[in-house]
Amino acid sequence: MADREHFTELAMEYMPALYTAALRMTRNPSDAEDLVQETFLKAYRSFGGFSEGTNLKAWLYKILTNTFINSYRAAKRRPEKADVEDVEDLYLYHRLGELQGADPGRSAEEEVLDHITDDEVKSAIESLPEAFRIAVLLADVEGFSYKEIADITDVPIGTVMSRIHRGRKALQKALLEFAREHGLVSVVDPAGGR
Amino acid sequence: MTGREDHGVDCEATIERLYHFLDGELTDDRRLAIERHLDECAPCVSAYGFEIELRQVIANRCKDHVPDSLIARVRRVLGEADAEVAGGSGAAEPEDASDILGSADSGH
Ligand SMILES: [Zn+2]
Repeated sequence: MADREHFTELAMEYMPALYTAALRMTRNPSDAEDLVQETFLKAYRSFGGFSEGTNLKAWLYKILTNTFINSYRAAKRRPEKADVEDVEDLYLYHRLGELQGADPGRSAEEEVLDHITDDEVKSAIESLPEAFRIAVLLADVEGFSYKEIADITDVPIGTVMSRIHRGRKALQKALLEFAREHGLVSVVDPAGGR
Repeated sequence: MTGREDHGVDCEATIERLYHFLDGELTDDRRLAIERHLDECAPCVSAYGFEIELRQVIANRCKDHVPDSLIARVRRVLGEADAEVAGGSGAAEPEDASDILGSADSGH
């Protein structure tokens, strides 16, 4: 069917984004490739149920996310830590400011960001527990709205907001650790955390 | 300062809603109140600037090169599926995951 060829061309545009999301979810290139393939195949087979005007990207992400949860997580043996420690708003900004002697001019804080590498951002995201990882990925890497994320992950919008909010703070905490490892910030923690 | 002041927000309320503001998820009233506060509050603008930059760092440094072999593999698999599905069967809806994802941290 011409429809189906059309689908393949449309859907292929989202391959890079889907592959990136699959890598963050599975944390393993070989699983990520399998997950992407399965997602395309499922989407292709159920394209008849896709109505024009629906957001194709969000629909593909819904299939990807559900496939990941149903197939890949089930295959994992050990249960994953399911929660993150709650920390204050603006965690990274405040912590960097404290550590560097609070000059709010342009900005020692922002310069620290320049030194954080691609691999560190990826691994910080991958360090989050699954539900938070998916929420942050969909919001901050893919730019979906709260409503779209609620639809993709099948959870209430209030839960989505909470996961994004707390997931972001946990991500900031992980990024601060990398900054410390680089010697970009002092190892002293005024909050007495370590 | 102006008659609008009573509709305004302070630093605490601004920081509390900063992520929703950045996400474009606030009502017009609340968004405008925060914009007005940012117009006149250097510490909040500084925090706001940092969060914008951090967000760009996260989005821009989280990209991966798609292996050519994966693209070829997906095209081949879809081609094979096309032959299979030529009869027009097998419309599988995305599976329902509500019972799984929702269980991880419900109640927040
Ligand atoms: Zn302020």
